[in-house]
Amino acid sequence: MEKTIEQIHREALEEIESARDAEDVKSISIKYLGRKGAVTQFLRNVSNLPAQIRPEAGKKANETKKDLDALFKKTLMHLESSSRETDDRIDVSLPGRVTPRGSLHPITQINQKICDIFIRLGFDVAEGPEVETDYYNFEALNIPQNHPARDMQDTFYISNAIVLRTHTSPTQPRIMEKQRPPVRIVAPGKVYRCDSDLTHTPMFHQVEGLLVDRNISFGDLKGILTTFVHQMFDPETGLRFRPSYFPFTEPSAEVDIRCVICKGSGCRVCSNTGWLEVLGSGMVHPAVFENVGYDTTRYSGFAFGMGVERIAMLKYGIDDIRKYFENDLRFLRQF
Amino acid sequence: MKVSLSWLQAYVDVNLKVDELAEALTMAGLEVEAVTDRYEYLNTVRVGRIVNVTPHPNADTLKLCDVNIGGSTISVVCGAPNVKTDMLAPCALPGTVFPRGIVLEKSTIRGKTSEGMLCSEHELGLGENGRGIMELDSRLSEGNSLNKALGLSDSVLEIDLTPNRPDCLSIIGIAREVAALSGEKVTYPEISLPKSTDDIAKRTSVTLLDVDLCPRYAAGLVFNIAVKPSPFWLQDRLMSVGLKPINNIVDITNFVMMETGQPLHAFDFDRLAENRIVVRTARENETFVTLDGKERRLDPEMLMICDGEKPVALAGVMGGLNSEIENATTNILLESAYFDPVCTRKTSKKTGLSTDASHRFERGVDPGGTVTALKRALQLIVDIADSKCIQGIIDEYPSPVPGKTVEVNIQRLNRHLGTRLDDKAIENYLDAIEFDVEKIDSVTFRVTPPSFRVDISRFEDITEEIARLFGYNNIETTFPLIPADARHPDKKIESTYRIKTIMAGLGFSEAINYSFISQQSCDYLELPEDDPKRKLVQILNPISEDQSVMRTSLIPGLLQTMKYNLSQQNKNLKIYEIGHAFFDTGKTDRQPDEVEMLTGLWTGNRIDATWYSKEVACDFFDMKGIVEELLKNIGIANAAFTRMPANSCFYTKPGHTAQVIFENEPVGLVGEVAPKVIRNYDLKQTAFIFELNLGRLVQSIPDTKSARPIPKFPATSRDITLIIDNDIETYKIIYSVESFQEELVENLHLFDVFESDPIPKGKKSVSLRVTYRSSKETLEDNRVNDIHKNITARLMKTFDATLPAI
Repeated sequence: MEKTIEQIHREALEEIESARDAEDVKSISIKYLGRKGAVTQFLRNVSNLPAQIRPEAGKKANETKKDLDALFKKTLMHLESSSRETDDRIDVSLPGRVTPRGSLHPITQINQKICDIFIRLGFDVAEGPEVETDYYNFEALNIPQNHPARDMQDTFYISNAIVLRTHTSPTQPRIMEKQRPPVRIVAPGKVYRCDSDLTHTPMFHQVEGLLVDRNISFGDLKGILTTFVHQMFDPETGLRFRPSYFPFTEPSAEVDIRCVICKGSGCRVCSNTGWLEVLGSGMVHPAVFENVGYDTTRYSGFAFGMGVERIAMLKYGIDDIRKYFENDLRFLRQF
Repeated sequence: MKVSLSWLQAYVDVNLKVDELAEALTMAGLEVEAVTDRYEYLNTVRVGRIVNVTPHPNADTLKLCDVNIGGSTISVVCGAPNVKTDMLAPCALPGTVFPRGIVLEKSTIRGKTSEGMLCSEHELGLGENGRGIMELDSRLSEGNSLNKALGLSDSVLEIDLTPNRPDCLSIIGIAREVAALSGEKVTYPEISLPKSTDDIAKRTSVTLLDVDLCPRYAAGLVFNIAVKPSPFWLQDRLMSVGLKPINNIVDITNFVMMETGQPLHAFDFDRLAENRIVVRTARENETFVTLDGKERRLDPEMLMICDGEKPVALAGVMGGLNSEIENATTNILLESAYFDPVCTRKTSKKTGLSTDASHRFERGVDPGGTVTALKRALQLIVDIADSKCIQGIIDEYPSPVPGKTVEVNIQRLNRHLGTRLDDKAIENYLDAIEFDVEKIDSVTFRVTPPSFRVDISRFEDITEEIARLFGYNNIETTFPLIPADARHPDKKIESTYRIKTIMAGLGFSEAINYSFISQQSCDYLELPEDDPKRKLVQILNPISEDQSVMRTSLIPGLLQTMKYNLSQQNKNLKIYEIGHAFFDTGKTDRQPDEVEMLTGLWTGNRIDATWYSKEVACDFFDMKGIVEELLKNIGIANAAFTRMPANSCFYTKPGHTAQVIFENEPVGLVGEVAPKVIRNYDLKQTAFIFELNLGRLVQSIPDTKSARPIPKFPATSRDITLIIDNDIETYKIIYSVESFQEELVENLHLFDVFESDPIPKGKKSVSLRVTYRSSKETLEDNRVNDIHKNITARLMKTFDATLPAI
C-alpha cells in the first residue's frame, strides 16, 4: 500500500533528526523533496486519488513539502554555522595591538598628589620664577646679607642681585604683595642648590605652602600638616613636630614622620632614628609680614615647605635621587 | 657641636639616660645627630700578653716582642724601656686612630715587621705617662678590646645646631638647656683670681677706633708663664670633644671657648710693639700673615687687632704669625672681645677662613660674658701655667649693649600657639631658661632675656621658647576656621597637567632634565652667533662646565636624554618635557625672561616588529600627528603648520620642518633633527622633535566648551581631484576652501596625494572629499552639485590646477 503523506512526513522528521552534517541533510532533502523524492512523488499522484479525499490530501502534501523544506534549510544552516564556529579560530594568546601609554614623571605625580590634597583643604595653587632676585629669595624672608642662615643653602649666583632660587619660599612674599589676607596657597616648583653628591642633586623640587588669616595658631599648622601627612601616607602614620630654625618663621618646626620603611624600629633610610624629616614649617615671622605690609597685630599665619623627591623616594622606594633626572625610559615607564 | 657627657656633667646633673637626653634635646630644638662613644677608637686596641722579648738585631734600643692578642700572636717592634715578658699591655692594631690624630699602619722598623704597637697611656689618650708602655692589671684577659677591659665609656653627643643658637656653642650652653629640660640647675664654675699685684694701666692699653665693629674688648695680662703641655685633665677634656691638645696656653683658650662659648686669643705680649692694643679697620691694600703662614690682603671692611704699629690679628677670625705664642713666650696678653657678627662673617668669607672663633662671632657671642670668660682663663693660667703674676684686666666697653625687653601678652601668646597656658606656667618656663620676668598686669609680662640669648628680640621669639619647652607635640592639633573664599584655579597650572595626561595617552613619557646646560650646547645646535637662543644666562659659580648656563631650549636636554637611553639600549623613545627656558635680558641685576616650553622627541620605531607587522620607523608625520592630536584635545582648532622659512631654525632639517602657527603667530615647530646636530651629539639614529611655547599655547585654550547640536539631516559628499604644482603646500587648498565660506561645507578630508606617473613631472594630484550638510533640510543633489562645481572652479583658478585626465 502507498504510504500516507503523514507517514512520509514522520519518516522525514526522523531522518533529519539523525543528520550529522550538511551532506546528510542534502541527501535527505533529495530523498523527499527531489524530483523523484517521496513528497514530490506523492504530489504527482494526488490527481489519481479519489475525488473526495483529493483536495485534503493535496493540501496536506503541500504543507508537508513547505514544512520539510523550511526544516531542511534551517537544519542545514544550523549545521553549517556550527561547523564554522568550531573550525574557525584565532590564537587568542597572541599579544594585543596597543599604542602603549606614556608615563608621568614620578615627580609630577607626587607633585600633583600633594597639590590635590591642599586643594581639597581649600588652598589655591600658584607658581613663581625660578631665577629670583636676592630680595625675594633672602631679604624679604628675613635673611639679610651676611646672615649665617645664608650658609644653610648653597646658592647659585647669576649676579650679586640675582640667584637661582634656593627654595620655593620666595613665592610667599610675592603672593602676599599681590593679595590681602586671607591667603591660602601652595606653590610647587624647581629649586636649585650648589650641591651635587650621592644624596643631593643641584636641582630638585619643592612645594611651598602659606596660610594667613586672623587668629591662625600653631595648633592650626599642626592640624593642616597632620591632615596632609595622613592623606599623603596613611592615617596610621605617626608624626612629630620638632623645634627648628628658619629665618622666616617663628616658631619653626620640622615635621618628622614615622619611618615608612621600618615603621620606627630603625633602618638605613631613617639612619636608625625611626623618624624621617619630611616638612619644614612654622608661623610666619613678623619681619616677613612687615616686608609685605601686613599688619602683624591683625594677622598671623603659617608656612611650610617640602621636598618632592624625598616624598617620592618614600612613596616609591626610590633609592637614588639621581635617577629622577637620568630619564632612563626603563625608570620612567614604571610610574 | 660635640658634647661629651663627662664634661657636661661638670655643670649639670644629668638624670636622664643618654638616649633620653638626646631625644629631649632634639625635641627642644637642639638636634642630636649622633651619639657615639669617645673610646670607640680603643675597639682596635687589644689587651696583649707579651710572651717573648728578644733584642732587635739592627737597633740597640728596640726590642722584638711576640704579643698574644687572644687567639693569635703577632710580632711587634717596641722601644719602651719597661717592656718585659708576661706583662699585659695595650696593643694597638693597624687602623687604630689615636686621639691626637695619628693612624696606625703596619710598618717595618729597621728591617723588622711590626704588626701592631704597644702603647703608652699618653699615646692612647688615657693619661700623662708617655715614658713607657702602659702596664695593665694582670687579671685582665688578653684579646679583649681595651675600652671593654677597662670599662671606658663616655658618650659624645653630636648636635646639629641651628644658626640662631650660638649660646649653645658651648658646654655650659648645652648644660643650661639640659637643666631647663630636666628641672635641674646649672653649676657655673667658681672663679677666684688672686689680687693683681700691679696696675695694668701702666703696662698696656686698649684703644677702640671702631666701636661699632668692636663694642667690647677685654684684655688680661699674665707674666712669667711657662709654655708646656697641659695637665692630663685638661687634655682629656679637649680630647673628649675631638680637640687636639697643643700646649697649656692654647689648650686653656680652647677649653674656655668650649666651656663658655667665648673665643679667646693669646698674644705674646713682648712681641706687641709699644705693648698695646689698637682695634681698627684695615687700610687699603694692607697685608698680614695669619697663623697658618698665609699672607692675606686686607681691605677697609676688615677689623684688625693691632699693636702700636701693625696688625697682629684678623679680629675674631685668626691671629697673626707675628705675635704667636711660642715655647719661649713668658708674658701674654689674653684677649676676650665682642666683635660685630656681620663684620666677622664678611672677613671670614673674604679670606676663606672659617675658624671655631669666627663661627661663634658671626652668630653672636654673649656680650655680657666677655669678662667672665677672660677671668676663667686667667684663673686656669694661674693654676696650671705656674704664673702668680696676674697684672689685672682692662675692659673697654664704652657703650654697653642695652638689654632687650619684650612685652608678652599671655592671651596673645596662647592665641598664637593654640595653647591655654596660665601666667604661672609661662613664668616657670621662662625662669627655667634664665629669662627675667616682670609682671606688668594680670595678662602682661615684661621679659628680659639673658645677654647670651642674642636670638631673642620679639614677641614671637618668646612664643617659640614657650612652645618648645611646653613641647610642640603637647600643643593641641586643631583646624583653622577659614572663610569660604574660593578662587578660580590657575589656568596654566591646570592646563599643564591636562597636557601631561594627554601626552601620556599619546604614548609619551615625561622627562625632567636639569635647567642648566653646557655653553657648548648652542654650538651643538648649530645656532648662529646672533640667534636669540644664545642670550644665555650664565651661572657665576656653576658645579661644572656642563651645567654652567641656563637653558634657552629644552632640546639639548632631550637629545642628551636620547643619547643616554641609546647607550642603555632603549632605542625607541617617545619623551617630552615641560619646563622653563631662560633668556638673558641684557641688563645686569635683572631677572631673565622665563618662557615655559613644551618639547617632545620621538626616535626609533612607530611600530615595533610584531606578529602582525614589520617594524616601521617613525617619521615627520608621526610627530606632526602627535602635535595635531594634542592641540585638538586641548581645544585649539585653528593651528596651522607651514614650511619653516629658510634660515630660521638651524637644529632641524630644512625642508622637513614645519612652523606651528596660531592666530598668525608662530608658536613652535615640528621637524626632523638636522643631521649635523645628530652628529654633534654623536647619536646613531635620527629623531623628530616638536617645540611649543606653552605659555602662548595656554592663552589660546578656550575657557569654556559649548555643546553643538548633533545634525538632524543627512550629509552628502563629493570628491575633487586636482593636478597642481608640486610646490604648492596642500594645506593651502584646504584653507582656500575654508576661505570661500560656503556655509554648507561641513568638512574637508584629504584622502590622497600622488605624484608619479601618470601625473606629469613637477605636478601632484590631490584628492579631497568635501562633505556638505545643511542644518535645516536634506540637501538636493542639484544644489550640492552646483556648489561643488563652483568650489572646483575657484580652486582650479586659484591654484592654476587642472582636472585629471580620465
